[in-house]
Amino acid sequence: MMARFAKSPEGLFGAAVLAVLIVIALGAPLFFPRDPLSIVGPALTAPFTDWALPLGTDRLGRNVLAGLVHGARASLLVGFAATIAAIIIGASVGTIAGFAGGLVDEILMRIVDAFQTVPGFLLALAFVSVIGASLPVVVLAIALGAWTGPARLARAEVLSLRERDYVAAARVIGMHPAEIAFREILPNALAPVLALSAVIVAGAILTEAALSFLGLGDPNIVTWGSMIAEGRAVLRSSPFLSIIPGLALVITVLGVYLFGEGLAEALSRRRVRL
Amino acid sequence: MHRAGKLVLRRLVGSIPVLLIVLVGTFFLLELASGDAVDAYLVSTGGGDAALVETLRANWGLDQSPITRLGLYLWNVLHLDFGYSVLLNRPILTVVLERLPNTLLLMGSAVALSFGIGSLLGIAAGSRPGSARDRLLSIGSLALYAVPSFWLGLVLVVVFSVQLRWLPLSGIETLASGKAGLDRALDIIRHLVLPVGALALIYLALYLRLMRAGMVEVWRQDFVLAARAKGLSRRRIVWRHVARNALLPLVTMLGLQSATMLGGSVVIESVFSIPGLGRLAQEAVSGRDTPLLMGIIVISAVLVILTNLIVDVVYAFLDPRVGASEASA
Repeated sequence: MMARFAKSPEGLFGAAVLAVLIVIALGAPLFFPRDPLSIVGPALTAPFTDWALPLGTDRLGRNVLAGLVHGARASLLVGFAATIAAIIIGASVGTIAGFAGGLVDEILMRIVDAFQTVPGFLLALAFVSVIGASLPVVVLAIALGAWTGPARLARAEVLSLRERDYVAAARVIGMHPAEIAFREILPNALAPVLALSAVIVAGAILTEAALSFLGLGDPNIVTWGSMIAEGRAVLRSSPFLSIIPGLALVITVLGVYLFGEGLAEALSRRRVRL
Repeated sequence: MHRAGKLVLRRLVGSIPVLLIVLVGTFFLLELASGDAVDAYLVSTGGGDAALVETLRANWGLDQSPITRLGLYLWNVLHLDFGYSVLLNRPILTVVLERLPNTLLLMGSAVALSFGIGSLLGIAAGSRPGSARDRLLSIGSLALYAVPSFWLGLVLVVVFSVQLRWLPLSGIETLASGKAGLDRALDIIRHLVLPVGALALIYLALYLRLMRAGMVEVWRQDFVLAARAKGLSRRRIVWRHVARNALLPLVTMLGLQSATMLGGSVVIESVFSIPGLGRLAQEAVSGRDTPLLMGIIVISAVLVILTNLIVDVVYAFLDPRVGASEASA
């Protein structure tokens, strides 16, 4: 599988982008030990004019590059944490629904329908505004709109797995149904759900950016979305303040997508290319 | 027509439990919010004495148990009473219905544009899979899909409003312009070019990729081989046989996407200050008007259900097999 992944140029490019980003995110406190929200120079220094501040400063004289590097932390953290939460919630609900069947299945799937009927972004907006913006709440709010995909996939997978011989064998030896569902079936149902994860990570990063753009992110940390919003006030005179963090977002999300494409291609047995 | 009627009825009945879950969910979110409508009212009016607070709570049923209040909430919604917006001092339904047309105009134009151009580009990419044109379009669409809509909106503003001064910066029409008829329509179109463009460019990628995948899939099927064996021209095969069959999944996607698109309009509407549903949601958040926010969510859910219904009916007409089996099931 690794070998097949290595053959996909898109996947390799995506993996390289992600690796660089992860290094930047992990090393942020080393590269810029000062709080990125602290004032370091004259306000609105243009990029590439001062070597100490390569990307210039914002309206309050804060280092744009430091913000960008620390913002990578927030984006990746929220992206991955929300995806893990969404997959745990979705896979659990999907497994229970598929395995239990009957009324339980019916009720759980109607709940999935309901969550898909409510615009996910509005739900996240409502959740954050009701409970208050902090990193864990933002993560949960995004997961709330993203768990339905994994739930449907896990359910479909479980439905096809539950009739297999090894499940029947587990039943015969008297294993508890919950144990069968979570220890025998769920691990096998997880592969296609994981293939979906790149799309969820990308969506989560974009949703977090949109939330903090609207002022609903964690106010104590720098995020790319809040940098774009901050730059909006001086969009006429210094558009670079909004454009730079946006470019960082595009590159990150594109890297995640390309990595996901490479992964999906490596995972699929038959190649659908003519 | 009879078949479509049955389908509509079945779907409407099927959506009742879903709506019920949405309502119960929003009710509990409302409960989680600190402070109730009376607190919000007092903040907006500048306070009142304890006796007034008690009377208000009793009048609005807030002294009842949660279960009773849930029942009251459901009963009110059933009568199209979504409560009162303290922020705007008017009934929530009235405010939402006032803002809805702008959002529908924005979303409708963006969907039509992205669906049309996206499927055409998808045909271009999928008619010669693996070609340079195909790879360029596929990678280009992926790059577009990675762009946050609100940021694309800002970039378009910088280029077309600030630098070139071709298009207006924000709003849905020139205020107090006194324009009417055709002039007013043209004015609204000019205001919509940038927000619709930002949304359409991003959703376009989705339809392009779906259409391309469908084309590749259909291309390998036996009836296409038969058409080729008959000696039909490539152009005719692409348009009459492949594209037609590859279009169906895109129609399904239209329905599935409606919830996402409504969410996406929230940020675009606040970038361009368009007085629509999304902008209203943001006003509700910043004004701490939770009941208004919940009303918007419930009405959006109804909107999504209706959109899906329309898409289902269209689909049944496009593909008689699906409609027939659905209606008779």
